[in-house]
Amino acid sequence: MISDPHEAEFQALIDSDQRIEPRDWMPDGYRRSLIRQIAQHAHSEIIGMQPEGNWITRAPSLRRKAILMAKVQDEAGHGLYLYCAAETLGVDRAELIDLLHQGRQKYSSIFNYPTLTWADVGAIGWLVDGAAITNQIPLCRCSFGPYARAMVRVCKEESFHQRQGFESLYALSHGTPEQHEMAQDAVNRWWWPSVEMLGPPDTESTHSAQSMAWGIKRFSNDELRQRFVDMVAPQAVVLGLTPPDPELRWNEDRGHYDFGEPDFEELRRVVSGDGPCNRQRAAHHLAAHDEGAWVRAAAAAYAAKHPATSAAA
Amino acid sequence: MSEETPAPLWEVFIRSKRGLSHNHVGSLHAPDAEMALRNARDVYTRRMEGVSIWVVPSAVITASSPDEKDSFFDPAADKPYRHPTFYSIPKEVQQL
Ligand SMILES: [Fe+2]
Ligand SMILES: [Fe+2]
Repeated sequence: MISDPHEAEFQALIDSDQRIEPRDWMPDGYRRSLIRQIAQHAHSEIIGMQPEGNWITRAPSLRRKAILMAKVQDEAGHGLYLYCAAETLGVDRAELIDLLHQGRQKYSSIFNYPTLTWADVGAIGWLVDGAAITNQIPLCRCSFGPYARAMVRVCKEESFHQRQGFESLYALSHGTPEQHEMAQDAVNRWWWPSVEMLGPPDTESTHSAQSMAWGIKRFSNDELRQRFVDMVAPQAVVLGLTPPDPELRWNEDRGHYDFGEPDFEELRRVVSGDGPCNRQRAAHHLAAHDEGAWVRAAAAAYAAKHPATSAAA
Repeated sequence: MSEETPAPLWEVFIRSKRGLSHNHVGSLHAPDAEMALRNARDVYTRRMEGVSIWVVPSAVITASSPDEKDSFFDPAADKPYRHPTFYSIPKEVQQL
């Protein structure tokens, strides 16, 4: 039973499917949980630029290069929408970035895998952005207003990400035998990490129940995973590529695809820092941040000399 | 860790097309107004979402408090006569 009148009002807003706004009273746990989740989501968008950014200079045509640059730039935008949403909860972006650099806040496991060939860019768009969309669509109705609004913007932009990936992979799959093989190899490597990125199984998910009660999460990890597999399994047939899961098949009775057990041990390992590229990703972000310090310093010095247009005036 | 002072926060408002008012879309950090405008263009209008942008230092915004929202908005709550539906008009009058 809730005795605190503030808390009763807060829960009543959530139960009637209204949004909580930054200046509303909220339980400490709700605030902490959102800061953690939104910050990790923001970090994922930003770190997620690295695997694809790796191929910008080597894209096979000007068209693909322009598309890839636009996509990577969108991911930067997504990170910024999300840092902005987190800041409405009373933290500063600089603090969150420090926590990322100290390894005290995480980002999605998926971005710790390397992009070995051009086909990986297509596989990421199709599978990784596909899994991200599956996760993000319900977040458009999350109980915290700024997070929900950021997700609406993000989801609008994500649909192009998945389509361009599908198109690129389709072209490879229907190209020369070598191109087809490259596309299949990319799917072999990205399939399971994408299925795993929807999180640990419901039986082990630590934050889920409370997040559901608070209207932050609307569906469990396993429900989202099923939704993702149901979406991409038939698309794989159109692509002419075979997901590396011998147990993947349509189940008439359930009205869903059956699929094999993901390697959650691997997920745990990668999340806790031991994936193929964790150290490289973290070091690259830190280096970019440090190398940009003189630009920020110069801009701040310029602003100080021209107080008419600076907020500090 | 960095000893930098973070650039100030700006609230961003965008007019999506002529004839509409500016709407709040989010915030961003920038050292000055000029940079805030340029950053806002890159962050919030990559797909022609706007024809005009305002940036306002977040620190200068005064907001009503959600705690006193009941008493603050009370004066409007008991005045149904401010709405046209409050009035009954004879049926013969078709439009009023
Ligand atoms: Fe994104
Ligand atoms: Fe994306």
